[in-house]
Amino acid sequence: MKKRGIGISCNTHPAGLKGGGDPSQALIRVKLDGTLDLVIGAVDIGQGCKTILRQIAAEELSVPLEAITLSNFDTDIGLMCTGTFASRVTFIDGNAVIRAARDLKDKIKRFVGSQLGVEPEQLEMADNRVFVRDNPEKGMSMAAIGAAANWGGAILVGTGAFTPGAGQDFDPETGKMTAIASLAFGACVAEVEVDTETGVVDVLKLVQVYEIGRAINPLLCKGQINGGSMMGISFALTENLFPYYPAVDFAPETFSDYILTTAADMPKEMIYDIVEVPHPNGPYGAKGFSEMTASAAPPAILSAIHDAIGVWITDYPATPEVILRALEAKSTS
Amino acid sequence: MKYILSFVLNGQPVDVLAEPTDTLLDVLREKLRVMSPKRGCDEGDCGACTVLLNGEPVRSCLTLALSVAGQEVMTVEGLSKNGKLHPLQRAFHEHYAAQCGFCTPGMILAAKALLDKNPHPTREEIVEAISGNLCRCGTYQEVLEAVQAVARGEYAEVKE
Ligand code: FES
Ligand code: FES
Repeated sequence: MKKRGIGISCNTHPAGLKGGGDPSQALIRVKLDGTLDLVIGAVDIGQGCKTILRQIAAEELSVPLEAITLSNFDTDIGLMCTGTFASRVTFIDGNAVIRAARDLKDKIKRFVGSQLGVEPEQLEMADNRVFVRDNPEKGMSMAAIGAAANWGGAILVGTGAFTPGAGQDFDPETGKMTAIASLAFGACVAEVEVDTETGVVDVLKLVQVYEIGRAINPLLCKGQINGGSMMGISFALTENLFPYYPAVDFAPETFSDYILTTAADMPKEMIYDIVEVPHPNGPYGAKGFSEMTASAAPPAILSAIHDAIGVWITDYPATPEVILRALEAKSTS
Repeated sequence: MKYILSFVLNGQPVDVLAEPTDTLLDVLREKLRVMSPKRGCDEGDCGACTVLLNGEPVRSCLTLALSVAGQEVMTVEGLSKNGKLHPLQRAFHEHYAAQCGFCTPGMILAAKALLDKNPHPTREEIVEAISGNLCRCGTYQEVLEAVQAVARGEYAEVKE
């Protein structure tokens, strides 16, 4: 018999180490042709931080996205980044990039001021150029700035670093603390169909909402939500390193026995929404949230299974074997 | 013992020395330095090594190299024409259907094989066609949307 059920979960996620102490650095320099090199330490594992950090630098410096080349490939000369984990890169590296960009902007204005014989405070930066606020005709394009600085023996480099300071005001009794980094919030509703003959669980529908401060790149956010959902369905239903833990028997060795979700496991309906409540410390209010998209679906799915067949599965994954054993235990008790 | 293997790779005839135990994936990556087919598992489970053999998707890690003698092999390197990306490549790019990109060449070729035979597939047919390709980043929804957009003709025009 096929039985349907609905379950709900709520979750929250900090960006980076929740006790802080995980810095990142950024550096931006003006090249000969006036385009920019952005150097960071963070690794892009597909989440798109190379795009987002360039977007942030472009926004701060009023230059086109295409004018910024990002480099993060060399650990010898690369900058410090605690790592790409815990959804921290947009939040922490993003702040470092903002600081580096503001530092560079100051230096560019001082350089252009000396070239044009005006005070740096009188200058504005917009549309890929720097000009006198009250006399916009008078100014220099980024190309002219790049050439004048580099050929003139100057070097225009901005640097920035950001760290949520470690372990502040943590109350060991209650766990209460200031959210140094950010806390994102989410909710997920899953609808499942459980086949009581075979124990197979199908996720028919996922509806999710995430409060993420600010979606700097909505398409990348969508990818994180849908991708995380597929990982979540995997955790909930199939992936298991030690099926008979603590015994190591039948531990999977290949992808044919360590089962990942495929396109065929995708719910027919994956609906999501993003709510934006800007975080005071986030880059343009953004929070880190990607990782929580993988942890939202599993509890919702297990609750939905309970709704469908009246048994609580308390250990992931709810494989057909687990479901059938639980049903058997229920019918004999 | 090495043999001279001759086949057509992305429209060009190639000759390469191959041993009887070499897989097509070995020859493409190690000898011809064609890097889009990925060695995800090397045993037929993941689909990252997918190439088209006479238009059909095959696991190049399970295909003995010498067995493709005289046949046509296509990889993602052969998709763009005169520097213009293939509609599927543009659609994947614009739909963010590649995160880390490891599964992407296989996904694109699996989708191409489908669309070549069935230009207007249903959702189920697309899902079925890509269901042999694992994506750890979980891009399935975006891949589906990209393939649907191509099937609707949204990427028919070549952008300059
Ligand atoms: S590398 Fe061929 S299927 Fe995984
Ligand atoms: S995009 Fe990373 S495995 Fe598919």
